[in-house]
Amino acid sequence: MTAAPRSSIDPAEVERFSRIAAEWWDPKGKFAPLHKFNPVRLGFIRERALSHFSRDAAARRPFEGLALLDIGCGGGLLSEPMARLGFSVTGVDASERNIKTAMTHAEDGGLSIDYRASTAEALEAAGERFDLILNMEVIEHVADPGEFLRSCSRLLAPGGLMIVASLNRTLKAFALAKVGAEYILRWLPPGTHDWNRFIKPEEMRGFVADQKLGIEGPFGICFDPLSGQWFRSADSDVNYMMIVTRPG
Amino acid sequence: MSTYDADVIIAGAGMAGATLALALNSAGVKTILIDPQVFEIQTAPEFDGRASAIAWSTFRQWMEIGVGEALVPHAQRIEQILVTDDPTPGAAAGPGMGLFLRFDAAEISDASGGEPLGYMIENRHARAALAQAVTAAGIEVLAPARVVCVNVEGPAAVVTLEDGRTLRAPLAVGAEGRNSTVRQAAGIGVIGWNYKQTGFVATVAMDEAHDGVAHEYFLPSGPFAILPLTGKRASLVWTESPARAVALKAARIEVVEAHLSRRFGAFLGEVHLAGPRFTYPLSLQMAERMYAPRMALLGDAAHAVHPIAGQGLNLGLKDVAALAQVLVEALRLGEDIGSEAVLERYVAWRRFDNVSLAAATDVFVRLFSNDHPLLRVARGIGMAAVGKIGPARRFFMEEAGGAVGDLPRLLRGQPL
Repeated sequence: MTAAPRSSIDPAEVERFSRIAAEWWDPKGKFAPLHKFNPVRLGFIRERALSHFSRDAAARRPFEGLALLDIGCGGGLLSEPMARLGFSVTGVDASERNIKTAMTHAEDGGLSIDYRASTAEALEAAGERFDLILNMEVIEHVADPGEFLRSCSRLLAPGGLMIVASLNRTLKAFALAKVGAEYILRWLPPGTHDWNRFIKPEEMRGFVADQKLGIEGPFGICFDPLSGQWFRSADSDVNYMMIVTRPG
Repeated sequence: MSTYDADVIIAGAGMAGATLALALNSAGVKTILIDPQVFEIQTAPEFDGRASAIAWSTFRQWMEIGVGEALVPHAQRIEQILVTDDPTPGAAAGPGMGLFLRFDAAEISDASGGEPLGYMIENRHARAALAQAVTAAGIEVLAPARVVCVNVEGPAAVVTLEDGRTLRAPLAVGAEGRNSTVRQAAGIGVIGWNYKQTGFVATVAMDEAHDGVAHEYFLPSGPFAILPLTGKRASLVWTESPARAVALKAARIEVVEAHLSRRFGAFLGEVHLAGPRFTYPLSLQMAERMYAPRMALLGDAAHAVHPIAGQGLNLGLKDVAALAQVLVEALRLGEDIGSEAVLERYVAWRRFDNVSLAAATDVFVRLFSNDHPLLRVARGIGMAAVGKIGPARRFFMEEAGGAVGDLPRLLRGQPL
């Protein structure tokens, strides 16, 4: 690991972003649901990436030499673990505030991550390519999901892999992810999700049908209220992931 | 750039700390053990005269990490536990006299795959086997060395030693027992109380075979246990008032042996002291929390319970199995092993077990260390009830054996 480049953040702002970072990274705080959700996502990513790139499961940093893009990286909850596993990580978020928060936390942790307040479209225009793209819980928040997914997939290097996570537009998802998580359990602020923007797996397939890409899935993720743990499941009615691959 | 000296720095190279180092090492996690005493002192005959009941699940963990094999010749199977509160010597061995509870290994053989209720192992043998395995594994041991403070600096726990050296790791573990420096550094307080009892411990040799039977007598002064060791030997745990325990330790051998013969009765034949005598003050001490940022506690540093149920070391070894698995899984996912999100998983896994056992043993001690006639009747009814109800009794045995709940992989005899 090399030293994280000192960011250009105004020192007066560092204090403020450290506070927000502390909030992002507090396992019992506002982002607690994301912390609970994280291990199952990380496990899925690790497993798929190990087999896709034929890497050694026993290595501490199995993904050395691979470029990863985390789209909608937020506070860096996925970017940081991915950097520890050896990826060269670029974290992109449209929110300047999120990027500064993520930068502050990574610097404190001695991690080198290239965080940018930018968009998939801008990266595409700059001609950047990545071996693994994490597109997690973002697509249901964008205006034109089809165009967004196609734009992201154009950032895939030949032989690259993209993991897309989203919420299914089913009645069950409405009951659990919208009403349950936002209004009953209060895991998320009301208004976090718009059920009408949830995306069905077959729509996801349709978005990239003419792109000469491979697409697999859905892979479901479910919550066990008894243990309080998330686990992988054949049930993709609420949370699910899709795998998009670009031929080598 | 943050450079680390290890993944995990473990303060305390006793039985729990050494087991954690070996468990983590088995999964390729680098540890450094720090202890004020070198292994040679820890394994000397005068250092630790106790024997511990090791549940079959925790013994499996030792097998898995390469310590168990060396302990097999020193492990006495516990086939049966007889519990009584009859003060008459040897009453439990008689035909039903004063016997309240009987735990039989055969009864849980379905759940445990023919394993015994547990093993009795002398601590000095366990310490020797652990020291040998740690050395053979090439695990870095700093001893004699004393931790004076632990500070959190960004992504590192910085451990400062008495000689001024500093060591950095994402996580520091306190496994140094009751007076844990890591716990103090973390600002974690303790709650607890003194039982005003002292445990007098000695190894004895008998004429007759014990057949793997452990006897526990609950006497007004506190519990008295004869725990079977390999050969015709037993570990004696005699709970007494501090003054009487000190007197027993200082008394001439013939005097102590005369006392023992009266206590044991005739059923094990003549009884002789077969090693040094030890006394241990008894108290309950629970840490208010098991972690702080970049610091975690395990074993007696987190919870020192009354030895009445023989579960103290077991609890520590179960902590090890849970912590090792949480850390190894987090490292595989690229998570920060010193973060609260990760350490919270360890604590959530262990909380119920540790608190319920401490509470149960505390109630046990208070209930049994009392000669009030009403209490005698009440505990008689309670024990008889547990003894009569098969499923309840099997549950107690399996709990003692460690088979209940969501077991960490090492306790199931699987690699991390």
